[in-house]
Amino acid sequence: MIAQLTALERTYAAIILVVIMCVGVAMAVVGRGDLFAVHGWIIAAYAMAVMVVLLRDIDAPEPWEEHFREYYDDPTKVGIILSLIWGVIAMAIGVWVASLLAWPDLTFDAAWASFGRLRPVHTSGVIFGFGGNALIATSFHVLQRTTRARLPDQLSPWFVLLGYNLFCVLAATGYLMGMTQSKEYAEPEWYADLWLVVVWVVYFAIYIRTLARRREPHIYVANWYYMAFILVVAILHIVNNLAVPVSIGHAKSYSLFSGVQDAMTQWWYGHNAVAFFLTSGFLGMMYYYLPKRAGRPIYSYRMSIISFWGITFMYMWAGSHHLHYTALPHWVQTLGMVFSLVLLVPSWASAGNALLTLNGAWHKVRDDAVLRFMMLAAIFYGITTFEGSFMAIRAVNSLSHYTDWTVGHVHVGALGWVAMITFGSLYALVPWMWKRPALYSARLVEVHFWLALAGTVVYVFAMWNSGIIQGLMWRTYDPNGTLTYSFLDTLVAMHPYYIARAFGGLLFLTGIVIAFYNIWMTITLPAPVDEGAASDLPVEPPAPRAWAQAGE
Amino acid sequence: MFDHDTIVGFSKSFGLLYLVAMSIGVVIYAFWPANKKQFERAAESVVSDDEDRPWL
Repeated sequence: MIAQLTALERTYAAIILVVIMCVGVAMAVVGRGDLFAVHGWIIAAYAMAVMVVLLRDIDAPEPWEEHFREYYDDPTKVGIILSLIWGVIAMAIGVWVASLLAWPDLTFDAAWASFGRLRPVHTSGVIFGFGGNALIATSFHVLQRTTRARLPDQLSPWFVLLGYNLFCVLAATGYLMGMTQSKEYAEPEWYADLWLVVVWVVYFAIYIRTLARRREPHIYVANWYYMAFILVVAILHIVNNLAVPVSIGHAKSYSLFSGVQDAMTQWWYGHNAVAFFLTSGFLGMMYYYLPKRAGRPIYSYRMSIISFWGITFMYMWAGSHHLHYTALPHWVQTLGMVFSLVLLVPSWASAGNALLTLNGAWHKVRDDAVLRFMMLAAIFYGITTFEGSFMAIRAVNSLSHYTDWTVGHVHVGALGWVAMITFGSLYALVPWMWKRPALYSARLVEVHFWLALAGTVVYVFAMWNSGIIQGLMWRTYDPNGTLTYSFLDTLVAMHPYYIARAFGGLLFLTGIVIAFYNIWMTITLPAPVDEGAASDLPVEPPAPRAWAQAGE
Repeated sequence: MFDHDTIVGFSKSFGLLYLVAMSIGVVIYAFWPANKKQFERAAESVVSDDEDRPWL
């Protein structure tokens, strides 16, 4: 992998790593006595670990000329593995926090294992670790294939992928130590936020530079979705994280905004993180891998364009539905509600477009669990966007808000849509990337599919029931006008559903562990030597020149 | 500088105008007859079985 980099790229990589190491050590020195220093050491150690990998092959011969006439897929391969590792860890922690709600003793009296610290590790781990790495990996793949151009250089994709994972590591370790900005999905502190801005700008630059080199004049719609994801997440991230640190050697910072302005900024960010991280990016995935796997062009290319602009410009206004019945001006709440309702149109256009693409390929959906994952994702996407629009209505929100219904809704989207389309896309991508005729086991994909579906259904129904019971108990008054149920009564009522939810999560976790095993075996088992299949595989580039032996 | 009502009035009127204008623009672009061919080609090219290599 390192040997594929040019000597110049290896030198630049070494320089960047030394700079990062120095910054890490400087943070450790300046922040001594504060948790800031711990993160300084983590940054230095991370750079050191990458440096070790780099140094092992630093003086390998220059890559073969032929290598530059192929797409550059090494970062995609590593991104796939990282995505699955984060997925397994973060979903395991998800099962843990779900169990904590049913059996609170599972913190084992450790501060780091308390619910408030573990939960963001789960949310950031699945969204940014699992989802983000999958988005980066697939975006590099889709970008190159649809523009028919190679990535502009071989260093910046690594910078983006590894730099992004450093951010994820800082986030997760920070939460366990109790460092948080207390903003949903934006918990990491100021220095991690600054680092992500650098990484993200390089990511966008890769996109623009590759598009500038494109051989295919038309920019395929999937790239629009990926670009919206990168660009808007940058804007959201920068604005919501405007904060002033206590001092340069201190991890704690204070937001530039206060009160209801802070709340509005946070939920403008939060809802658009759902829109542009968890929707736009994954729609990009869907618009490439679903037609590819089904062997049929997208049903209506025009509809994909219209829904792209619909989603991009309407989602921006929907965030205030998170703040119904708060100090936020009433008209802003109404604005958010109305835009959330209108959003159903482009969302269902996308879901419908995906399902209509499969019209005529239903026999493939029946036989191929990989394609079935993608079909199920489109269905869940339709369900969750309908549910989201419905819950954004102020009157419905008065029942659903602050209850488990919200948690259920999020997981229809996260498990049913985001994770399913990711599994489908990664299963499709792995044999192409590692030049294998097929996955290690189609049967295991089938097992994973049913575990994922069963897990999602159990989880979601448990939360729907729990949330509506909870919401109704909160608003039940007796004839004297006082509340009928105490808070504890609601907890007792919810307990069975919490157990069911943890079980649903466990099914889903089992599924991704099987996926990891299946993909790992696909990669590590040597490709079968078969005359017929071999001729169908892309030509392997010639082996690099032999090393000069000592004494030669 | 500007009071609350001015800003609210501006967002309510201008916001409506530009979003409607943009929606119309997007629909015109998507349904413009001359674009039909390149859209169809783009949709087809994803599923084509070209060699998996950049075009030089």
